[in-house]
Amino acid sequence: MITIQKYVRAQSLEEAYQLNQNKRNRIVGGMMWLRLGSGGVGTAIDLCDLGLDTIEETDAQFSIGAMVPLRQLELHAGLNAYTGGAVKNAVKDIVGVQFRNMATVGGSIWGRFGFSDVLTMFLAMDCFVELYKGGLVPLEQFAGMKKDNDILVRLIVKKTPGKFIYTAMRNQRTDFPVIACALSQMDGTYRAVIGARPSRAMVIRDEKGLLAQGITESSAKALAEFAANTAPTGSNIRGSAAYRTHLIQVLTERAALELGGM
Amino acid sequence: MDIKLKLNGKPICAQIDADTVLLDFLRAQGCYSVKRGCDTSNCGLCTVLMDGKPVLSCSMLAARAGGHSIQTLEGLQEEAADFVGFIADQGADQCGFCNPGFVMNTIALLRENPDPTDDEIRAYLAGNLCRCSGYDGQLRGIRNYVNSRKG
Repeated sequence: MITIQKYVRAQSLEEAYQLNQNKRNRIVGGMMWLRLGSGGVGTAIDLCDLGLDTIEETDAQFSIGAMVPLRQLELHAGLNAYTGGAVKNAVKDIVGVQFRNMATVGGSIWGRFGFSDVLTMFLAMDCFVELYKGGLVPLEQFAGMKKDNDILVRLIVKKTPGKFIYTAMRNQRTDFPVIACALSQMDGTYRAVIGARPSRAMVIRDEKGLLAQGITESSAKALAEFAANTAPTGSNIRGSAAYRTHLIQVLTERAALELGGM
Repeated sequence: MDIKLKLNGKPICAQIDADTVLLDFLRAQGCYSVKRGCDTSNCGLCTVLMDGKPVLSCSMLAARAGGHSIQTLEGLQEEAADFVGFIADQGADQCGFCNPGFVMNTIALLRENPDPTDDEIRAYLAGNLCRCSGYDGQLRGIRNYVNSRKG
Protein backbone atom coordinates (compact mmCIF):
# COMPACT_ATOMS: atom_id res chain seq x y z
CA MET A 1 0.00 0.00 0.00
CA ILE A 2 1.14 3.53 -0.61
CA THR A 3 1.91 5.97 2.15
CA ILE A 4 1.01 9.65 1.90
CA GLN A 5 2.84 12.40 3.73
CA LYS A 6 0.46 15.24 3.08
CA TYR A 7 -3.02 15.79 1.65
CA VAL A 8 -3.98 18.99 -0.14
CA ARG A 9 -7.30 19.97 -1.62
CA ALA A 10 -6.19 22.23 -4.44
CA GLN A 11 -8.12 25.48 -4.63
CA SER A 12 -7.17 26.13 -8.25
CA LEU A 13 -5.86 24.17 -11.20
CA GLU A 14 -2.71 26.30 -11.09
CA GLU A 15 -2.07 25.25 -7.48
CA ALA A 16 -2.64 21.61 -8.41
CA TYR A 17 -0.36 21.95 -11.42
CA GLN A 18 2.44 23.52 -9.41
CA LEU A 19 2.22 20.82 -6.75
CA ASN A 20 2.17 18.16 -9.43
CA GLN A 21 5.55 19.25 -10.81
CA ASN A 22 7.23 17.51 -7.89
CA LYS A 23 7.70 13.88 -8.89
CA ARG A 24 6.85 12.65 -5.39
CA ASN A 25 3.40 14.23 -5.53
CA ARG A 26 0.37 12.66 -7.17
CA ILE A 27 -3.05 13.77 -8.32
CA VAL A 28 -5.63 11.48 -6.73
CA GLY A 29 -8.77 10.54 -8.62
CA GLY A 30 -10.94 7.83 -7.12
CA MET A 31 -7.80 6.24 -5.64
CA MET A 32 -9.10 2.79 -6.53
CA TRP A 33 -5.92 1.83 -8.36
CA LEU A 34 -3.42 4.24 -6.86
CA ARG A 35 -3.81 2.96 -3.31
CA LEU A 36 -2.99 -0.59 -4.38
CA GLY A 37 0.45 0.53 -5.52
CA SER A 38 3.55 0.67 -3.38
CA GLY A 39 5.95 3.41 -2.35
CA GLY A 40 5.48 6.82 -0.89
CA VAL A 41 3.56 9.85 -2.10
CA GLY A 42 4.74 13.22 -0.88
CA THR A 43 1.55 15.20 -1.37
CA ALA A 44 -1.74 13.73 -2.50
CA ILE A 45 -3.36 16.45 -4.62
CA ASP A 46 -7.14 16.26 -4.54
CA LEU A 47 -9.15 18.07 -7.23
CA CYS A 48 -12.46 17.50 -5.44
CA ASP A 49 -13.01 21.21 -4.63
CA LEU A 50 -12.64 22.40 -8.23
CA GLY A 51 -16.14 21.68 -9.48
CA LEU A 52 -14.96 19.03 -11.92
CA ASP A 53 -17.60 16.51 -10.88
CA THR A 54 -20.31 17.51 -13.35
CA ILE A 55 -21.30 16.68 -16.93
CA GLU A 56 -22.30 19.73 -18.94
CA GLU A 57 -24.31 19.15 -22.08
CA THR A 58 -24.79 21.60 -24.93
CA ASP A 59 -26.15 21.15 -28.44
CA ALA A 60 -22.63 20.45 -29.67
CA GLN A 61 -20.90 18.45 -26.96
CA PHE A 62 -20.66 16.89 -23.54
CA SER A 63 -18.05 18.30 -21.22
CA ILE A 64 -17.22 15.68 -18.59
CA GLY A 65 -15.20 16.87 -15.59
CA ALA A 66 -12.22 14.78 -14.55
CA MET A 67 -13.77 14.06 -11.15
CA VAL A 68 -17.06 12.76 -12.53
CA PRO A 69 -17.59 9.27 -11.09
CA LEU A 70 -18.29 6.40 -13.47
CA ARG A 71 -21.72 5.95 -11.92
CA GLN A 72 -22.65 9.40 -13.21
CA LEU A 73 -21.76 8.30 -16.77
CA GLU A 74 -23.95 5.26 -16.27
CA LEU A 75 -26.96 7.31 -15.21
CA HIS A 76 -26.57 10.36 -17.46
CA ALA A 77 -29.67 10.51 -19.64
CA GLY A 78 -28.16 12.73 -22.35
CA LEU A 79 -24.99 10.73 -22.78
CA ASN A 80 -26.88 7.48 -22.95
CA ALA A 81 -29.45 8.88 -25.35
CA TYR A 82 -26.64 10.04 -27.64
CA THR A 83 -24.82 6.68 -27.50
CA GLY A 84 -27.90 4.46 -27.46
CA GLY A 85 -26.92 3.17 -24.02
CA ALA A 86 -23.39 2.20 -25.08
CA VAL A 87 -21.75 4.26 -22.32
CA LYS A 88 -23.91 2.59 -19.69
CA ASN A 89 -23.00 -0.81 -21.16
CA ALA A 90 -19.33 0.09 -20.96
CA VAL A 91 -19.30 0.88 -17.25
CA LYS A 92 -22.15 -1.10 -15.70
CA ASP A 93 -20.03 -4.17 -14.92
CA ILE A 94 -17.06 -2.35 -13.44
CA VAL A 95 -16.97 -3.95 -9.97
CA GLY A 96 -20.03 -2.60 -8.15
CA VAL A 97 -22.11 0.53 -7.64
CA GLN A 98 -19.94 1.58 -4.68
CA PHE A 99 -16.79 1.34 -6.80
CA ARG A 100 -18.37 3.30 -9.64
CA ASN A 101 -19.43 6.02 -7.19
CA MET A 102 -15.73 6.56 -6.51
CA ALA A 103 -13.72 5.74 -9.65
CA THR A 104 -13.41 8.87 -11.76
CA VAL A 105 -13.43 9.50 -15.50
CA GLY A 106 -10.19 11.46 -15.14
CA GLY A 107 -8.43 8.64 -13.31
CA SER A 108 -9.61 6.07 -15.84
CA ILE A 109 -8.57 8.10 -18.87
CA TRP A 110 -5.34 9.48 -17.41
CA GLY A 111 -4.22 6.00 -16.36
CA ARG A 112 -4.59 4.71 -19.94
CA PHE A 113 -4.98 1.28 -18.37
CA GLY A 114 -4.94 -1.72 -20.67
CA PHE A 115 -8.03 -3.15 -18.99
CA SER A 116 -10.04 0.08 -19.27
CA ASP A 117 -13.61 -0.17 -20.47
CA VAL A 118 -13.83 3.62 -20.23
CA LEU A 119 -10.91 4.33 -22.55
CA THR A 120 -12.16 1.71 -25.01
CA MET A 121 -15.62 3.28 -25.13
CA PHE A 122 -14.54 6.89 -25.54
CA LEU A 123 -11.95 6.04 -28.21
CA ALA A 124 -14.88 5.02 -30.39
CA MET A 125 -16.31 8.54 -30.10
CA ASP A 126 -15.32 11.99 -31.34
CA CYS A 127 -13.45 12.81 -28.17
CA PHE A 128 -10.80 15.16 -26.82
CA VAL A 129 -9.10 15.56 -23.48
CA GLU A 130 -8.59 19.04 -22.08
CA LEU A 131 -5.20 19.27 -20.40
CA TYR A 132 -4.46 22.22 -18.12
CA LYS A 133 -1.29 23.21 -20.00
CA GLY A 134 -1.57 21.05 -23.09
CA GLY A 135 -5.01 22.25 -24.16
CA LEU A 136 -7.32 20.12 -26.25
CA VAL A 137 -5.78 16.87 -27.49
CA PRO A 138 -7.64 14.19 -29.48
CA LEU A 139 -8.21 11.22 -27.18
CA GLU A 140 -6.59 8.83 -29.64
CA GLN A 141 -3.43 10.94 -29.60
CA PHE A 142 -3.56 11.26 -25.81
CA ALA A 143 -3.87 7.48 -25.43
CA GLY A 144 -0.51 7.11 -27.16
CA MET A 145 1.26 9.81 -25.15
CA LYS A 146 3.57 9.16 -22.21
CA LYS A 147 2.39 10.28 -18.80
CA ASP A 148 3.71 13.68 -17.79
CA ASN A 149 2.98 16.24 -15.08
CA ASP A 150 0.07 17.98 -16.77
CA ILE A 151 -3.47 17.71 -15.42
CA LEU A 152 -6.44 16.20 -17.20
CA VAL A 153 -9.25 18.67 -16.60
CA ARG A 154 -12.11 17.43 -18.74
CA LEU A 155 -13.12 14.97 -21.39
CA ILE A 156 -14.93 16.60 -24.32
CA VAL A 157 -17.29 14.43 -26.35
CA LYS A 158 -18.46 16.03 -29.58
CA LYS A 159 -22.01 15.18 -30.53
CA THR A 160 -21.04 13.99 -33.99
CA PRO A 161 -24.09 12.10 -35.23
CA GLY A 162 -23.46 8.40 -35.02
CA LYS A 163 -24.26 5.02 -33.60
CA PHE A 164 -22.30 3.23 -30.91
CA ILE A 165 -22.10 -0.32 -29.59
CA TYR A 166 -20.12 -1.58 -26.63
CA THR A 167 -19.57 -5.19 -25.70
CA ALA A 168 -17.04 -7.07 -23.61
CA MET A 169 -16.24 -10.57 -22.46
CA ARG A 170 -15.60 -11.14 -18.76
CA ASN A 171 -14.79 -14.37 -16.97
CA GLN A 172 -16.92 -13.16 -14.10
CA ARG A 173 -19.39 -10.30 -14.05
CA THR A 174 -17.37 -7.77 -12.07
CA ASP A 175 -13.88 -8.75 -13.23
CA PHE A 176 -11.71 -6.90 -15.74
CA PRO A 177 -12.68 -7.68 -19.32
CA VAL A 178 -10.79 -10.37 -21.21
CA ILE A 179 -11.53 -8.37 -24.36
CA ALA A 180 -13.52 -5.18 -24.77
CA CYS A 181 -14.91 -4.00 -28.09
CA ALA A 182 -16.50 -0.70 -29.03
CA LEU A 183 -17.80 -0.08 -32.52
CA SER A 184 -19.02 3.19 -33.95
CA GLN A 185 -20.30 4.69 -37.13
CA MET A 186 -19.91 8.46 -37.33
CA ASP A 187 -20.41 10.53 -40.47
CA GLY A 188 -20.35 7.35 -42.52
CA THR A 189 -17.05 6.06 -41.18
CA TYR A 190 -16.64 2.99 -39.03
CA ARG A 191 -14.27 2.60 -36.12
CA ALA A 192 -13.63 -0.50 -34.02
CA VAL A 193 -11.80 -0.14 -30.73
CA ILE A 194 -10.30 -3.20 -29.10
CA GLY A 195 -9.39 -2.97 -25.43
CA ALA A 196 -8.00 -5.31 -22.78
CA ARG A 197 -5.81 -7.02 -25.40
CA PRO A 198 -4.53 -6.95 -22.53
CA SER A 199 -2.53 -3.86 -23.45
CA ARG A 200 -3.98 -0.42 -24.10
CA ALA A 201 -7.02 -0.08 -26.36
CA MET A 202 -6.33 0.52 -30.05
CA VAL A 203 -8.45 2.06 -32.75
CA ILE A 204 -9.01 0.12 -35.97
CA ARG A 205 -10.55 2.02 -38.84
CA ASP A 206 -12.35 0.38 -41.70
CA GLU A 207 -9.52 1.33 -44.09
CA LYS A 208 -10.49 -1.30 -46.63
CA GLY A 209 -14.08 -0.11 -46.82
CA LEU A 210 -15.36 -3.50 -45.73
CA LEU A 211 -18.61 -1.95 -44.54
CA ALA A 212 -18.80 0.62 -47.33
CA GLN A 213 -21.75 -1.15 -48.94
CA GLY A 214 -23.53 -1.44 -45.61
CA ILE A 215 -23.59 -4.01 -42.85
CA THR A 216 -24.50 -7.50 -43.89
CA GLU A 217 -23.65 -10.83 -42.32
CA SER A 218 -20.68 -11.23 -44.66
CA SER A 219 -19.38 -7.67 -44.31
CA ALA A 220 -19.65 -7.89 -40.51
CA LYS A 221 -17.65 -11.11 -40.64
CA ALA A 222 -15.05 -9.50 -42.88
CA LEU A 223 -14.63 -6.55 -40.51
CA ALA A 224 -14.32 -8.94 -37.56
CA GLU A 225 -11.60 -10.92 -39.34
CA PHE A 226 -9.79 -7.70 -40.18
CA ALA A 227 -9.93 -6.56 -36.56
CA ALA A 228 -8.73 -9.92 -35.25
CA ASN A 229 -5.84 -9.92 -37.71
CA THR A 230 -4.92 -6.31 -36.94
CA ALA A 231 -5.05 -6.09 -33.14
CA PRO A 232 -2.04 -7.67 -31.41
CA THR A 233 -3.01 -9.67 -28.34
CA GLY A 234 -1.14 -11.04 -25.36
CA SER A 235 -1.67 -13.57 -22.60
CA ASN A 236 -2.28 -13.05 -18.91
CA ILE A 237 -4.13 -14.73 -16.08
CA ARG A 238 -7.51 -13.98 -17.70
CA GLY A 239 -6.89 -15.49 -21.09
CA SER A 240 -4.37 -16.46 -23.73
CA ALA A 241 -3.46 -14.41 -26.76
CA ALA A 242 -5.13 -16.96 -29.04
CA TYR A 243 -8.35 -16.83 -27.00
CA ARG A 244 -8.34 -13.05 -27.11
CA THR A 245 -7.85 -13.02 -30.87
CA HIS A 246 -10.79 -15.39 -31.20
CA LEU A 247 -12.89 -13.17 -28.93
CA ILE A 248 -12.05 -10.08 -30.99
CA GLN A 249 -13.53 -11.77 -34.03
CA VAL A 250 -16.65 -12.91 -32.18
CA LEU A 251 -17.34 -9.62 -30.39
CA THR A 252 -16.57 -7.40 -33.39
CA GLU A 253 -18.90 -9.42 -35.59
CA ARG A 254 -21.68 -9.28 -33.00
CA ALA A 255 -21.15 -5.55 -32.50
CA ALA A 256 -21.22 -4.91 -36.25
CA LEU A 257 -24.44 -6.88 -36.65
CA GLU A 258 -26.00 -4.97 -33.77
CA LEU A 259 -24.81 -1.70 -35.25
CA GLY A 260 -26.50 -2.69 -38.50
CA GLY A 261 -29.72 -3.49 -36.67
CA MET A 262 -29.41 -7.20 -37.33
CA MET B 1 -4.32 17.08 9.88
CA ASP B 2 -7.82 17.92 11.13
CA ILE B 3 -11.08 16.93 9.48
CA LYS B 4 -14.64 17.90 10.18
CA LEU B 5 -17.52 15.79 9.00
CA LYS B 6 -20.94 14.59 9.99
CA LEU B 7 -20.95 10.98 11.20
CA ASN B 8 -24.35 9.39 11.62
CA GLY B 9 -25.88 12.81 11.97
CA LYS B 10 -23.42 14.15 14.54
CA PRO B 11 -20.77 16.74 13.66
CA ILE B 12 -17.31 15.55 14.62
CA CYS B 13 -13.81 16.94 14.38
CA ALA B 14 -10.79 14.67 14.51
CA GLN B 15 -7.09 14.50 13.81
CA ILE B 16 -5.94 12.02 11.20
CA ASP B 17 -2.87 11.11 9.18
CA ALA B 18 -2.96 12.09 5.51
CA ASP B 19 -3.14 8.45 4.43
CA THR B 20 -5.75 7.26 6.92
CA VAL B 21 -8.49 5.48 5.00
CA LEU B 22 -12.10 6.12 5.92
CA LEU B 23 -12.58 2.54 7.16
CA ASP B 24 -9.90 2.86 9.83
CA PHE B 25 -11.16 6.30 10.80
CA LEU B 26 -14.71 5.02 11.25
CA ARG B 27 -13.63 2.05 13.34
CA ALA B 28 -11.60 4.39 15.51
CA GLN B 29 -14.83 6.31 16.04
CA GLY B 30 -16.48 3.11 17.28
CA CYS B 31 -18.32 2.15 14.11
CA TYR B 32 -17.44 -1.54 14.19
CA SER B 33 -20.05 -2.53 11.62
CA VAL B 34 -17.55 -1.24 9.04
CA LYS B 35 -15.28 -4.17 8.34
CA ARG B 36 -12.20 -4.81 6.23
CA GLY B 37 -12.73 -7.63 3.76
CA CYS B 38 -10.68 -7.80 0.56
CA ASP B 39 -9.03 -4.40 1.04
CA THR B 40 -8.81 -4.15 -2.77
CA SER B 41 -12.13 -2.36 -3.53
CA ASN B 42 -13.86 -5.53 -4.64
CA CYS B 43 -15.95 -7.14 -1.91
CA GLY B 44 -18.28 -4.37 -0.69
CA LEU B 45 -17.96 -5.35 2.97
CA CYS B 46 -16.77 -1.87 3.98
CA THR B 47 -19.69 -0.06 2.31
CA VAL B 48 -20.84 3.18 3.95
CA LEU B 49 -22.99 6.01 2.61
CA MET B 50 -21.34 9.32 1.78
CA ASP B 51 -23.95 12.02 1.19
CA GLY B 52 -26.38 9.14 0.73
CA LYS B 53 -24.36 7.28 -1.91
CA PRO B 54 -22.70 3.94 -1.23
CA VAL B 55 -18.90 4.04 -1.31
CA LEU B 56 -16.07 1.73 -0.27
CA SER B 57 -14.52 3.03 2.91
CA CYS B 58 -11.41 0.85 2.48
CA SER B 59 -10.45 2.83 -0.59
CA MET B 60 -11.38 6.37 0.35
CA LEU B 61 -9.05 8.69 2.17
CA ALA B 62 -10.67 9.90 5.37
CA ALA B 63 -9.47 13.35 4.38
CA ARG B 64 -11.74 13.32 1.33
CA ALA B 65 -14.74 12.67 3.56
CA GLY B 66 -14.11 16.02 5.25
CA GLY B 67 -17.12 18.30 4.88
CA HIS B 68 -19.39 15.41 3.94
CA SER B 69 -22.01 13.33 5.71
CA ILE B 70 -21.09 9.70 6.42
CA GLN B 71 -23.56 7.07 7.52
CA THR B 72 -22.72 3.61 8.79
CA LEU B 73 -25.03 0.84 9.88
CA GLU B 74 -24.83 2.21 13.43
CA GLY B 75 -26.63 5.32 12.23
CA LEU B 76 -29.22 3.51 10.14
CA GLN B 77 -30.39 0.93 12.63
CA GLU B 78 -34.01 2.01 12.50
CA GLU B 79 -34.11 1.95 8.69
CA ALA B 80 -32.24 -1.36 8.59
CA ALA B 81 -34.09 -3.17 11.38
CA ASP B 82 -37.15 -4.05 9.34
CA PHE B 83 -35.14 -5.43 6.44
CA VAL B 84 -32.53 -7.24 8.55
CA GLY B 85 -35.22 -8.93 10.65
CA PHE B 86 -37.07 -9.94 7.51
CA ILE B 87 -34.11 -11.57 5.79
CA ALA B 88 -33.10 -13.32 9.03
CA ASP B 89 -36.58 -14.84 9.18
CA GLN B 90 -36.17 -15.87 5.56
CA GLY B 91 -32.87 -17.64 6.32
CA ALA B 92 -31.41 -15.56 3.53
CA ASP B 93 -27.89 -15.36 4.90
CA GLN B 94 -25.45 -17.81 6.40
CA CYS B 95 -22.33 -16.76 8.30
CA GLY B 96 -23.32 -13.10 8.23
CA PHE B 97 -19.82 -11.69 7.74
CA CYS B 98 -20.80 -9.83 4.57
CA ASN B 99 -24.05 -8.58 6.08
CA PRO B 100 -23.09 -5.00 7.04
CA GLY B 101 -21.99 -4.15 3.49
CA PHE B 102 -24.87 -6.08 1.99
CA VAL B 103 -27.41 -4.29 4.20
CA MET B 104 -25.90 -0.85 3.56
CA ASN B 105 -25.98 -1.37 -0.19
CA THR B 106 -29.51 -2.76 -0.08
CA ILE B 107 -30.62 0.36 1.79
CA ALA B 108 -28.99 2.46 -0.94
CA LEU B 109 -30.71 0.37 -3.62
CA LEU B 110 -34.16 0.68 -2.09
CA ARG B 111 -33.79 4.40 -1.55
CA GLU B 112 -32.86 4.82 -5.21
CA ASN B 113 -35.26 2.24 -6.58
CA PRO B 114 -38.03 1.16 -4.17
CA ASP B 115 -39.38 -1.51 -6.51
CA PRO B 116 -36.42 -3.17 -8.25
CA THR B 117 -36.65 -6.12 -10.61
CA ASP B 118 -34.55 -9.21 -9.91
CA ASP B 119 -32.02 -8.10 -12.53
CA GLU B 120 -31.82 -4.65 -10.97
CA ILE B 121 -31.18 -6.22 -7.55
CA ARG B 122 -28.45 -8.44 -9.00
CA ALA B 123 -26.85 -5.50 -10.80
CA TYR B 124 -26.90 -3.18 -7.79
CA LEU B 125 -25.50 -5.81 -5.43
CA ALA B 126 -22.89 -7.16 -7.85
CA GLY B 127 -20.22 -5.41 -5.82
CA ASN B 128 -21.11 -7.25 -2.60
CA LEU B 129 -19.38 -10.59 -2.43
CA CYS B 130 -20.69 -13.44 -0.30
CA ARG B 131 -18.72 -16.64 -0.06
CA CYS B 132 -21.34 -18.89 1.48
CA SER B 133 -24.84 -18.06 0.31
CA GLY B 134 -24.39 -18.33 -3.46
CA TYR B 135 -26.56 -15.17 -3.56
CA ASP B 136 -29.83 -17.03 -4.14
CA GLY B 137 -30.94 -16.62 -0.52
CA GLN B 138 -30.11 -12.93 -0.54
CA LEU B 139 -31.94 -12.33 -3.82
CA ARG B 140 -34.96 -14.25 -2.53
CA GLY B 141 -34.86 -12.35 0.75
CA ILE B 142 -34.81 -8.94 -0.94
CA ARG B 143 -37.46 -10.01 -3.46
CA ASN B 144 -39.78 -11.17 -0.69
CA TYR B 145 -39.06 -8.07 1.37
CA VAL B 146 -39.89 -5.77 -1.56
CA ASN B 147 -43.05 -7.78 -2.28
CA SER B 148 -44.08 -7.66 1.37
CA ARG B 149 -43.88 -3.86 1.36
CA LYS B 150 -46.35 -3.73 -1.50
CA GLY B 151 -48.92 -5.25 0.82
